[in-house]
Amino acid sequence: MSDAIDIRLTVNGEPVARHVPARQNLVDFLREELGLTGTRAGCEHGVCGACTVRVDGAATRACLIFAAQLDGARVDTIEGLSESGEIADLQAAFHARNALQCGFCTAGMLVTTAELLRDIPAPSRAEIRDHLSGNYCRCTGYHAIVDAIETVARQRCAAKGGT
Amino acid sequence: MARGPGARERFGVGGEDAKLPAPDEEDALKAPRLGYVRARSLDEVFAVLAAEPDEAKVLAGGQSLVPALNMRLLAPRLLVDINGIAGLDGIAEHGGGLRIGALARHAAIGRSPLIARLAPLIHQAIPHIAHPAIRNRGTFGGSLAQADPAAELPACTVALDAVIHVASARGQRAIPARHFFKGLYETALAPDEVVIAVDFPEPASSMRSAFMELVRRRGDYAMLGLAATARVASGVLREPRLVFFGVGGMPIEAAMAAAALGEGAALERIAAAQQALDQDLDPAGDLQADAAMKLHLARVLLARGVRALVGGAA
Repeated sequence: MSDAIDIRLTVNGEPVARHVPARQNLVDFLREELGLTGTRAGCEHGVCGACTVRVDGAATRACLIFAAQLDGARVDTIEGLSESGEIADLQAAFHARNALQCGFCTAGMLVTTAELLRDIPAPSRAEIRDHLSGNYCRCTGYHAIVDAIETVARQRCAAKGGT
Repeated sequence: MARGPGARERFGVGGEDAKLPAPDEEDALKAPRLGYVRARSLDEVFAVLAAEPDEAKVLAGGQSLVPALNMRLLAPRLLVDINGIAGLDGIAEHGGGLRIGALARHAAIGRSPLIARLAPLIHQAIPHIAHPAIRNRGTFGGSLAQADPAAELPACTVALDAVIHVASARGQRAIPARHFFKGLYETALAPDEVVIAVDFPEPASSMRSAFMELVRRRGDYAMLGLAATARVASGVLREPRLVFFGVGGMPIEAAMAAAALGEGAALERIAAAQQALDQDLDPAGDLQADAAMKLHLARVLLARGVRALVGGAA
């Protein structure tokens, strides 16, 4: 038992080793320890979705997991997803459709959306809203966000020769 | 707890009334100072819990535990992380029925064709649990051990006559779900015990199930909900089980209402069953609905549940 623990993990493809307090959650670790401030700390109890990142490929609330738990894990944040180009079309569509205003929720929205489109390539608007129900936006009223996601889903399906 | 309304609202904790230690001054909503052990085997978990039964908490998915820590509703000295223990996340056929390991995540359960076939009630319930990111992490065993009164899975285990296997350094016990839940966040688990797996009996071929809940926003904790099963033939429900959640401290089986559905055409008995529900439920009001409204909504769900069972769309 220890109040602080050594961890080695991969963040956005880069190996990282740190000695972290047991109680430090992942969002604070990313922002304060690694300077990756694209991930936002919002409600800090899992409700708002602003801190959503990828842990071992799965969208995860970074406020509900401790950095100490992530020895050996692979973490991908908005910075990594942006650099890889994986969500460039989503980002462009959010921009074009004005699907953000203050931007606080956007990183979490994009991580959540990337997973939605992986699992359901052509979601209905109801499915988009259902999947995003755990990501709060206090600016846009969501319509523009749903529009942007729907647009990208169609583009991707068309590019693949689907419907 | 990882869904609105927040636990502070739900429990009326906060401000001057808070009995628990205040967060550190510089911290907004952070876990208290605590120790951490990454267990590699159940024996390691047993040893820690046996040594510090009142100070240690098992960390599984953490989707309810961590919010409770962040809000200082809980302040254990030590977390025992069981996520690294191999073999606890299985989903497998077991003696004709089903066994779900304690660490099986909601997302994996929702995708499992085996569960859709052998425990369709659970398949129906999973999409109602919070949000996708929470379901990626939250675990079956964690939900049962947490025993939130508005949680979906405890009610499902009662409706399906599941058996919950728990273990400690003292050995293993098999606890029927209907005896596992004892009250608000209270279970039959001793402080040194861990949930390891849950067994479900083989369903009869005529078994149908219906799961429904009422929420103000998708993914919130339910105002109340119903997990229902019955064997169905020609519009008649045999051995109907109506388990409500969010109407008391734990899942509540509405036995009088189920009896009132009788052995005749169930659709014609709905009114009688709704009336009998008064004897089964005595809901306390909460921030979302007062007692009378909860009882009204329970009657609404009962009617919908019976129609869904008879309609046959499992």
